[in-house]
Amino acid sequence: MRELIRELVESYGPSGAEEQVREVIRSEVEPLVDDVRVDPMGSLIAHKAGSDTGADGEGKRVLLDAHMDEIGAMVTYIDDDGFVRFTSIGGVSPLTCIGSRVAFEDGTIGVIGVEQKRDNANKVPKLEQLYIDVGATSRDDCPVQVGDPAVFVRPFATQGTRLVSKAMDDRIGCAVLIELLRRLEETPHELYVVFAVQEEVGLRGARTSAYGIEPDIAIAVDVTRTGDTPESKPMAVKLGEGPAVKVQDSGMIAHPRVRQLMVDRAEEAEIPYQLEVLERGTTDAAAVQLVRSGVPAGCLSVPCRYVHSPSEMVDERDVENSVRLLLEVLQKPL
Amino acid sequence: MILRELSEAYGVSGNEDDVRSILHDAVREHVDEVRVDALGNLLTVKRGTGEDPMRVMLAAHMDEIGLMVVGHDDKGMLKVRAVGGIDDRLLPGLVLSVGPDRVPGVVGIKPIHLVESDEMKKVSKLDELAVDVGAKSQDEAKEIAPLGTYATFATQYRELGGTVTGKAFDDRAGCAVLVELLRGDRFAFDLHAVFTVQEEVGLRGARVAAFAVDPDCAFALEGTIADDIPKEKEGSPTTRLGGGPAITVMDRSFIADRRLVRLLTSTAEDLDIPHQFKQPGVGGTDAGVIHLAREGVPSATVAVPSRYIHSPVALLSLEDFNNTVRLMRESLSRLTRETLE
Repeated sequence: MRELIRELVESYGPSGAEEQVREVIRSEVEPLVDDVRVDPMGSLIAHKAGSDTGADGEGKRVLLDAHMDEIGAMVTYIDDDGFVRFTSIGGVSPLTCIGSRVAFEDGTIGVIGVEQKRDNANKVPKLEQLYIDVGATSRDDCPVQVGDPAVFVRPFATQGTRLVSKAMDDRIGCAVLIELLRRLEETPHELYVVFAVQEEVGLRGARTSAYGIEPDIAIAVDVTRTGDTPESKPMAVKLGEGPAVKVQDSGMIAHPRVRQLMVDRAEEAEIPYQLEVLERGTTDAAAVQLVRSGVPAGCLSVPCRYVHSPSEMVDERDVENSVRLLLEVLQKPL
Repeated sequence: MILRELSEAYGVSGNEDDVRSILHDAVREHVDEVRVDALGNLLTVKRGTGEDPMRVMLAAHMDEIGLMVVGHDDKGMLKVRAVGGIDDRLLPGLVLSVGPDRVPGVVGIKPIHLVESDEMKKVSKLDELAVDVGAKSQDEAKEIAPLGTYATFATQYRELGGTVTGKAFDDRAGCAVLVELLRGDRFAFDLHAVFTVQEEVGLRGARVAAFAVDPDCAFALEGTIADDIPKEKEGSPTTRLGGGPAITVMDRSFIADRRLVRLLTSTAEDLDIPHQFKQPGVGGTDAGVIHLAREGVPSATVAVPSRYIHSPVALLSLEDFNNTVRLMRESLSRLTRETLE
């Protein structure tokens, strides 16, 4: 799975410009499912027919979601000397920007610098005080233009069971769902795996995809933060202790039966898991839950340190156990 | 030009009737269907030539920001609240039109003779201000402007050479662009032109209109911020007056569909129509809810740059206005189902 993860996290796909990562995912899932389509907003939907979906069948319409977009930067202005000002795409902290590199869609690389004459140089600068240096000397020779999106650059690395990269949020969810499709030979359920666009800017792609799919039940696979680092804010989720079954976050209360379903399958199959209460942040499941007349929804989270930094860290065992848990869920009646 | 009539019309969010009736009169001979929905949106259809089965939605909002009467004090002064994004800094001393009869009202202000020096430095909050309609008692004030009465800026539309000034260019400029488009020839597809309500209080009308229209793609037409006025330091203007129609790539409400943005920019480049990108990350429009309707709608926003929007008097360039109409007309005549593939 490491090669798949590397390929996914190193792909380019800021919110609203997911075409490149979408093609990577499409080529992975096309041989594994019955049909693949792109919906009006750009989300990729892989459909696998169920084996027991007749009128009296056990099969349900199941939506699984992971978002393929990542946070990034967008050019707002280019000055006379060719320096590029930018705004964030999704939640970007100025702290993690300084010294970072970004890549544009065509491969242009930029370095993020910070204005040196600031009122209080000890304070965290505002995003407006940062700029991207793309090696230009004037507005005319600047290789990018206003509106061009960029992503952070950081190669995939491994250290023991830990995997580190930019965009683990949520390419690791995409990897879990692709691996699930590889291993899932048969399911009674009509399965729709959504690789959603524009999660980082407001859960937008999942909402519209869910409207089109009209599922009976939905599970999002995304990352969640942990409480196991020095002086961390309290949170009962640790890296390496199993996927986290979400109870609640700031956008959603997981449907109790969806949550219990995941807990039961994990217990039966002796798959380690943790329960998650996330105080700030939410996932696509929050949007899917409110579509049409409502969808019972839950979320399986891959614990992740340093979320929204260019070095997001997950544990390979949690990734593997996420795949195993979802396999258990899908092979049985819901 | 219809912008004059639209700009001077009275139409604070939730009370768009006057604007709607002006628009209805202006477009009815140029469209095939007209209806008003439950929220008050004016939905029209201009049938296509039948060459393309697409449904394309164009939206401009009829409502403007303003004030609403929420109380009367015992001296006959009106207490008001903001409807939409009102800037408290510019209220004192302002002349308002209050209620459907357009009673003149003045936002009370202490004469400068009586102002203490530290008072000069602070902005009076809206709830510290009162509107004076000349009533002598609480009862008289209630009679002139009962609770819930709307008020708007009493601003006349004026032409200054190539530029015009007036109130509510956000978004009567967009409405006027849409009227011009409807007055022209049919397109290949059915054009669903919608004049929406309650944008300024949360994109409310467009949400239900987009659900009803169920379009294949959509464009929001706007009057947007031009902040090319002198500043301390060179920076990024949101848009520039005279720079041509402003195309949105990303704002707080949505990310524009890249295929539609390419259609707009390539059309502009081919035909030498001046155009600019609106500074990404700023503002929000009806496209923010239209693109999330049903299964999702590829959407874009095109705007006429206007200085001083959300103030009593905005200023725009007629050349920008005409170029916006031209860019939209030419882009729509190139738009086909293949654009979205």
